[in-house]
Amino acid sequence: MSHFLYSLIGLAAGVCFILALKGLSKPKTARRGNIIGAIGATIATVVVFLYAQDGESLPLNNLGWILGAIAIGVVIGVPAARKVQMTQMPQLVALFNGVGGGAAALVAIVEYLHLGAKANTAEVIATVFTVIVGCVSFSGSIITFLKLQELMTTRPVVFPGGRFVIAGTLAATLGAAVWVVSALGTNPLLILAALALAFGILFVLPVGGADVPIVISLLNAFTGLTVAASGYVLDSTLLIIAGTLVGASGTILTRLMAEAMGRSLFGTLFGAFTAKPQEANGAAEDRPVRSGSPDDVAILLNYARRVVIVPGFGLAVAQAQHTVRELADLMLSKGIDVAYGIHPVAGRMPGHMNVLLAEANVPYDQLAEMEEVNPTFAQTDVAIVIGANDVVNPAAQTTPGCPIYGMPILEVSNAANIIFLKRSMRPGFAGIENELLYDPKTMLLFGDAKASLTKVVSALKNL
Amino acid sequence: MEPIAIISIFVLAVFVGFEVVSKVSSTLHTPLMSGANAIHGVILVGAIIVADHSSTNLELGLAVAAIILATINMVGGFVVTDRMLEMFKPKKDGENK
Repeated sequence: MSHFLYSLIGLAAGVCFILALKGLSKPKTARRGNIIGAIGATIATVVVFLYAQDGESLPLNNLGWILGAIAIGVVIGVPAARKVQMTQMPQLVALFNGVGGGAAALVAIVEYLHLGAKANTAEVIATVFTVIVGCVSFSGSIITFLKLQELMTTRPVVFPGGRFVIAGTLAATLGAAVWVVSALGTNPLLILAALALAFGILFVLPVGGADVPIVISLLNAFTGLTVAASGYVLDSTLLIIAGTLVGASGTILTRLMAEAMGRSLFGTLFGAFTAKPQEANGAAEDRPVRSGSPDDVAILLNYARRVVIVPGFGLAVAQAQHTVRELADLMLSKGIDVAYGIHPVAGRMPGHMNVLLAEANVPYDQLAEMEEVNPTFAQTDVAIVIGANDVVNPAAQTTPGCPIYGMPILEVSNAANIIFLKRSMRPGFAGIENELLYDPKTMLLFGDAKASLTKVVSALKNL
Repeated sequence: MEPIAIISIFVLAVFVGFEVVSKVSSTLHTPLMSGANAIHGVILVGAIIVADHSSTNLELGLAVAAIILATINMVGGFVVTDRMLEMFKPKKDGENK
């Protein structure tokens, strides 16, 4: 295959990726967009096998190793993607992003070893960039995975002098980068990789659980840029196009997400260092709350004219999507006006809750976005908050300095009655006390969301 | 390749990347991130190229690791995105209002 044809096919794959991103930004075309992207990636992969790089002959050297490695990747990746619970999907995306970053760093290292002294300065700089950012993306993504999987604390991890350690690691990483560029050699590069891995860990540790999706999106953009830099070293237009596209769109997406959560990117990354110490957390615990029985809840609902359901991650964990739909259908049949108030970051990521409810066949027209539903709470008789906490926490509006301050919330406090379905008094993912739980118009129904809802449904049927 | 050609490609791709996602509703943030994530799995192409010209066992070992990781990223990424989007398939009266 001629170089011209090879490049032309690469360009076609690049166009596929543009169409894929374009399609993915509209609900109607999203699925087709993803498939176009997959086609582009397949074309790009197949064509490498048909073109002899650097005038070498076909088939590729080490063909058996290459095909074997791809097979292993498929055997690991596909079942992981197929079997993952939808509730755990954000951490899988984080993990996939991390391995992509790791792959880019490895590619840069191998190419560096291969080129040796033949590499020109621009190539070495691109290599150094790829190794640093790829390693940061890899180790950072692993930490986000551990946080989302709750294998480690979801609260910001800060230690005395933390910011100096981070700044020191960053300075050492940049120093090592200069060392690699000036001295060349394998050892400096490996030290650079180790420092970058450490920096990735330190950089994500102080980020609070609720902000993790923004960091995943940022690391995703980072990985894109490393792919573009590898494309430069390997002289592949396709990698430059694909990597840059992901880097640019990922940056915009990160900003959009931060806006949806009312956070500045800077606040997300460095908030833990500047936040004031939290207001007395324990003081609130002994205050009385009003808890009710499923029958109390059913009676309240039966005489309501308008009910807004606010689903949160707890609903998904309890797999209560179907039961909540049953409750909504029952209320509709009684002539009660029902809507779901969906916070942009309900669940673990923007849009996650829409995916989970769509899985339970909740009709689109009942899902109301935050801006639509907030003005209606004043006319709402009952707001049922199911397994959500941070997204309705008034502290976001009233307590400057708390980790979610400034995040837009669902203003359920304007409803005539509020029902919280909770497992316990434990605070939400962001770890902040919710004043609303102690409000006189709030009723708490403790227990597993699915079990509680089932009881409410049968109580409501009997009324 | 000419440096200016590379810079041109880079700058144009940045603008295309900004443009295609500038107006996306928050509902689609997660699938879009996941789809973009799958696209950078195309680093697989780079991993195959370096595996092809690996001359030592160390190089080949690292290249094979890169291929495995890149394949997981690419294949897993597209599959999981498709699963998310399956949920958005049009119902009787279609569209998101």
